[in-house]
Parts: sequence; C-alpha cells; structure tokens
Amino acid sequence: MITIIVFSLVGLGILFAVIRLLKGPTAADRVVSLDTFNVIVIGTIALLAHVFDNNLYLDIAIVYGILAFLETIVFARYLEGHYGNR
Amino acid sequence: MKYVATFLVLFVIYILLAGWVIDELILGAVIALILTLIIAKYVDYKIDYLLPYRLLVFIVVYIPVFLWQLVLSNLNVARRVLSIDIPVNPGFVKIKTELKGDFAKLILANSITLTPGTLSVDVKGDTLYIHTIDVKGSSIEENTEHISAVFERILGVVFK
Amino acid sequence: MEIVSTVFMIIGGLFYLLGGLGILRMPDTFDRIQAGTKATTLGAFSLLIGITFAHPDWWLKILLIIIFIVLANPIGSSVLAKAAYLSFEKPSNLVTDELEDVFGGDTND
Repeated sequence: MITIIVFSLVGLGILFAVIRLLKGPTAADRVVSLDTFNVIVIGTIALLAHVFDNNLYLDIAIVYGILAFLETIVFARYLEGHYGNR
Repeated sequence: MKYVATFLVLFVIYILLAGWVIDELILGAVIALILTLIIAKYVDYKIDYLLPYRLLVFIVVYIPVFLWQLVLSNLNVARRVLSIDIPVNPGFVKIKTELKGDFAKLILANSITLTPGTLSVDVKGDTLYIHTIDVKGSSIEENTEHISAVFERILGVVFK
Repeated sequence: MEIVSTVFMIIGGLFYLLGGLGILRMPDTFDRIQAGTKATTLGAFSLLIGITFAHPDWWLKILLIIIFIVLANPIGSSVLAKAAYLSFEKPSNLVTDELEDVFGGDTND
C-alpha cells in the first residue's frame, strides 16, 4: 500500500519531466529535464531494491548514477560547442 | 604521507562498493596499491595533524547548516512552483571567494547551488559567477555578503 | 522504525514530484535548472534515508549513493547552466548580467 503511494508520486514526477523533455523549446531544456529524469530514476531503482528486498539493485543504482552524470556532462559540453573554449 | 592518504581513500571506496569480505579486502588492497603508484603524482592535498579537528567541524557544523539550507531552498522552490506570479528580478552576479584549492571551491559552489534562489554557473580563479532569482546588492561585496558569507566562514575553518 | 521509514519515503516521493512539477512549470531555462536540481537532491536524500531505516544493514552503499548524488548533481547543473548561457538566448527579464564582460557580449548566433 505504502509502496504504491510512493511509486505513484515518483511516477508523476517522471511523467512531468518527460512532458518537458518532449515539448521543451530549446535543446538545453531537454537536457535539463533528462538530468532530472535520471536522478528520479536512481531513486526509483533504490525503491525497487526495497520492494524486492534485494541488495544488488543498489549496485545498479550506483552504476546508473555514474553513467547519468557522464551523460549530462557530455551533452552539456556538446551544447557549448565552439564557445566552450572561452 | 601522500601515498598513504591516496591508498586509504581508494581502499575505502573499494570496500564501500564491494562489501566487507576477506577476499575482497585482499583484492582491494592490491588494486588500491597499483592505482596509488599510478595516480599519486597527480594528487595535491596536504595532510596535517589538524585533520580530525577539521573533519569534526565539517560534520558537526557544516552538514547541519547545509541540510537546513537545502530544506529552506526546497520550501522556496515549492512556493514559487505552486503560485506562479511571485515578483522576481533575476540576474547574473559575480562574487569573490577567499578559499584556496579546487576541492574547497567545489564544495562552496555546490553549497551555493543548493541554497535558496541561487545557482553557480562558473568558477574562474577566485571569482564565482552566480545566477540568482532575486538580485539584492549592487556591488561585488554586497552580493558576496548575501549569497556566500555563511558557507565561506565555515569552510574557511575546514579548509585552511 | 516502520513508520519513520514510511514518512521519509513519502516525503522523498513528494519532493521528486515537486522536481518534475518545477521542470514543467518554471518560465525559463535557469529557473528550471534550479528547481530540478534542488528538489531532486532533497528527494533522493529523503527517499534513501527512508530505505536505510527499513534495511539498516545496507547503510554503507546507501551512504555512497547519497554522497555521489550530493556531489554530482550540482556539478551537472552548473555545467548545464554554463552551456545554456553560452549557446542559447538569455531570458529577457534580467536585471544585471555580469557574466557578459567575461564571455563576451554577443554569444548567440
């Protein structure tokens, strides 16, 4: 019962982030919403570890977090383009 | 001294990831030793006898202040999200910091990002560039006083 | 213990919801970055604390995830803010813009 409530709150958060991802006017808005989406997904994976009572999901959350951080940095450097040297 | 500190940091990270098992302890020690020999010439931090005191200040003073500011900034965000027409005057401002060292500036910039209404954009030398929702001061000194004075004082004790 | 864990998890879910809502409703890019970063950092923090109360023997890994999120999330948003400042149109209602003399005035094509 409790997990259903928490999952629906988190799912609404993901839904709003995805709406912004789909309609964001500039590419920067899309990457911002992708960053938010990734942090929410890390929490969701940790919540799955709690529901299934299995420690291994936390490792998945760590690796997902590292990859999401790299993804944000790479997209941001790409958006900077040739202005990044200043 | 530098080698020992690097080895300990790497070993602790390995143990946190792998768990407290005897096999993993041996393997982690070997891997941390090899990595220490490779990367020790790139690290630059000083270890001295004041370290436990600084760690204590960091945990007892900095972390509660930081958490309190984080909660305040979230309540601020909630107020602005739920009622859309609050008057704002956003802007980009400069502030000065007296902290030396990359890690100290990183902690300061992260703290500024997570305090109400501010977002650090870039660091160049001893100047931080901040996006703020509500510009209060008109000079660098006033903005520094409004934005970062609390964390500057605490982190000045931690990272001397 | 059960009740404390439940309360922390529901608070975490609420802040995640607030993060998504902030991303959706804020008027310009920098406001969205601020709302998203702050709300999701506290949301992840609170949710993971709640899971720690439910499973006390997982605290080491959860501590590692919390440290990683608190360090990495603001860095990511700072880099994104710099990229958004350099490559896209600035918001029209700025009061002061002291970055202009550093990055040069005419930054958008």
